[in-house]
Amino acid sequence: MSGPVRRLFAVIVLMFGALVLFTSRWTVFEAKSLNDNALNRRQLLEQLEIKRGLIRAADGTVLARSVRGRGGVYRRTYPQGDLLSHAIGYWSISYGRAGLERSRNDELAGSGSDLGSIIDQLQGKRRDGDNVDLTLDPNAQRIAINALGGQKGSVVALDPHTGAVKVMASYPQFDPGQIATSYPKLASQPGAPLLNRATQGQYPPGSSFKVLTDVAAIDTGRFSPDSTLNGDSPKTISGVPLSNDGGQSFGDIPLTDALTHSVNTVWAQVGEALGRGTMAKYMERFGFYAKPPLDYPSDQRYASGEYLNGSLLSPTSGRIDVGRMAIGQDKLLVTPLQMAMVAAAVANQGVLVRPHLTARVVDPDGRVRDSVGTSVYHRVMKADTAQKVAQMMSNVVKEGTGTAAALSGIDVAGKTGTAEIQAGVNQVWFIAFAPINDPRVAIAVTVERSSGQGGTVAAPIAKQVMEALLR
Amino acid sequence: MSARNRELFGLIPAALLVTAGFTAIFIQRSAQVSNVSLTYGALFLGLCLAAHVVVRIVLPYADPYLLPLVAVLAGVGIVMIYRIDDTFARGQVISFLIGLGFFLGTLVFLRDYRVLERYRYLIALGSIGLLVLPRFSGSVNGAYLAIHAGGVTFQPAEFAKIGIVVFLASYLRDTRQVLVMGARRVLGVTIPPLKHFGPLLVVWGAAMLMLFVIRDLGSSLMFFGAFLSILYVATNRLSFVVVGLAMFALGAWAVGTHVPHVHSRIEAWQHPFNRRLYEAQGGSYQVAQLLFAQADGGVLGRGFGQSLLQIPGSSANLLPAPRTDLIYAVIVNEIGLVGACGLLGVYLLIVQRGFKAAVLARDSFSTLLAAGLTSVFALQVFVIVGGVTKLIPLTGVTLPFVSYGGSSIVANFALVALLLLVSDRARRPG
Repeated sequence: MSGPVRRLFAVIVLMFGALVLFTSRWTVFEAKSLNDNALNRRQLLEQLEIKRGLIRAADGTVLARSVRGRGGVYRRTYPQGDLLSHAIGYWSISYGRAGLERSRNDELAGSGSDLGSIIDQLQGKRRDGDNVDLTLDPNAQRIAINALGGQKGSVVALDPHTGAVKVMASYPQFDPGQIATSYPKLASQPGAPLLNRATQGQYPPGSSFKVLTDVAAIDTGRFSPDSTLNGDSPKTISGVPLSNDGGQSFGDIPLTDALTHSVNTVWAQVGEALGRGTMAKYMERFGFYAKPPLDYPSDQRYASGEYLNGSLLSPTSGRIDVGRMAIGQDKLLVTPLQMAMVAAAVANQGVLVRPHLTARVVDPDGRVRDSVGTSVYHRVMKADTAQKVAQMMSNVVKEGTGTAAALSGIDVAGKTGTAEIQAGVNQVWFIAFAPINDPRVAIAVTVERSSGQGGTVAAPIAKQVMEALLR
Repeated sequence: MSARNRELFGLIPAALLVTAGFTAIFIQRSAQVSNVSLTYGALFLGLCLAAHVVVRIVLPYADPYLLPLVAVLAGVGIVMIYRIDDTFARGQVISFLIGLGFFLGTLVFLRDYRVLERYRYLIALGSIGLLVLPRFSGSVNGAYLAIHAGGVTFQPAEFAKIGIVVFLASYLRDTRQVLVMGARRVLGVTIPPLKHFGPLLVVWGAAMLMLFVIRDLGSSLMFFGAFLSILYVATNRLSFVVVGLAMFALGAWAVGTHVPHVHSRIEAWQHPFNRRLYEAQGGSYQVAQLLFAQADGGVLGRGFGQSLLQIPGSSANLLPAPRTDLIYAVIVNEIGLVGACGLLGVYLLIVQRGFKAAVLARDSFSTLLAAGLTSVFALQVFVIVGGVTKLIPLTGVTLPFVSYGGSSIVANFALVALLLLVSDRARRPG
């Protein structure tokens, strides 16, 4: 009877092999998808027992703190209410995490894997989370929100030398401390208060995009600020007539003046002359067609570029009308963060640095664990080009469409944008930096569905925020 | 080295494992190495040595590996239970002591285990009685598996499985020849004479009845699988197994579609992450949590004592039944795929030793008994681990020697004692 016993044993070995295989399936092959499963609250629950670190603004204002509650479980509170809600995000057992609460989760939860924490872990001690200090200026942020005055829109202000984000305003806001009860309502509200318009808002840039076209024109050496083009209206661009604002004709006009008065027909001709390839090259250097680098969750950062039916086109796609794109029309959609980066690159002698929200990570004992420094993203243009473009932009504020942004005693370089959504409804823009000789702030302001112009609605908001940051 | 000395040395690593396990728990709990873990290890070693001495005297030729392997499993069980909830560790140690008592009792009083053959019908009747008993006690999650009396829970199926194997081994020793010789072959299928096949149909019917009476797919699979294993070893006819499996599948299908709680178990098995099933009472929450716990463990595990068992701030279990049926998930969570493979390896080695005894045995009854006991043991591991890993629908069976529960430990100790008795007789010279 030994034959059948041996075969029986073989069958049982196979069955045990299947057990090993299935254990491997859950522990190895499908572990990641199981850990990410929406029903799996294991990791969130574990973090209830951890004292998460503070989130602090640049001036030390506490933005988020963990408070010990019943049964030793920690609760997250946000002392500043809805101010900076989008940058901070939220932390909820039921609705997950967003914003910096998510992108800096490892630091805030103290799950760094250095030697000290391994010894703590062996001893079963839970380490408190690290504190995260931000670059954001709560005072300027408050001014930005007030200046938006209840209009939907966004303000992003950066230090062009370091990439430190000073203001990241998006209106409407939400209170991250109330997310446990308010989330379902917030998620379905038409104003989309959970959306961070600074990084997720996708808007037509209008004439503010002409700064980029200008950079490409000057930097390639094909044009100079004094190059003269014909600014009559209408002009045929890609076989379709294009008009200037109000149908105004400018005759032969140098590029500097064409920027000051935002002459569509001139910049469309420049775009056509440069062609798709050159425009694509400069757009990519500025960070278009990629998610902008930022210490913020990847799915809350959208790429800027030409979109068709909701998906990003190739930068050199044949569907791009390069003439109209050069003046910020066509299918171009951009985020306020991206436009602030455009201003920042011109401000910083043509060098684009990576924007960042975190200044440093500090452990509970006050030791600095990580300090976020300046890191170059791309050299976009020659320093000489940057100077010329800055000069052209300063004329916009001195005598052109952006006079409302002028600051007393400080030279401001800027560019307005007004993209018509429908008759009398515009997406209005203003991008700027100041002071011109030593820029300390680069800014992008946009307001949704405004009846005004970039120069009358967005420029005054930029003025107030720059004033607060330069004072 | 003699067999008994090999057994003796094999026990030392088992005791070291217990010491190491307790040390890890103490470090995790109080951040200090306590010499209590050494005491526990020494006590465990002492108990194992006592068992070894009895085996040395009573069964000098018995398989030397079975006892150390069982000691490893029991050690893992005690340490795991202590880690999950130390108030239950005491109970587990008491179960271990009673189990050891049964083990030694079986060795001493059933030295000639062949007397069991004389009482085979009584044993069969008793076993079926044991299986039906919980029906009068009340169900747990819809299945009738346990009897609750005076705060003590008794799982009769654990003992019934041994009784039924003893009966089948004895019955088939008598009839195996006629089942094959008297058979006619029709279309390549062996059809045994009805007179002798009848009782087997009765066994099949009983298994089906059990499926409906106990309402538990897993334990029915375990019993029926053991029956088919013994039948196969006795007759060497694959057709019997195939027909048997087909009939079982038919019965399982009928139960799966007609008994609501079995049906919901199957649904939960198929769609553990369906939100409706996940939130339903008795739905797929358990299966989903099992998989999450295993995924959390990964290859090397979270480390001893690092598994999240309760919802923070409350005493509610995140994973239901962590110390009984679902302990395998906690083991995978803490010591990972590697640890789980080690554990399955220990079980497989026990199975190998059991079958070895079956092959070496000199009489049919001993062969069938050893093969049957080993099969039922292996199938029990398969049913619960398969359930926890979603290989098959999850049903409530204990993980032998590791899960918390007196009946399971005591019955499995008796089972191993019988295997040792068979192997001693088989290896006795002359």
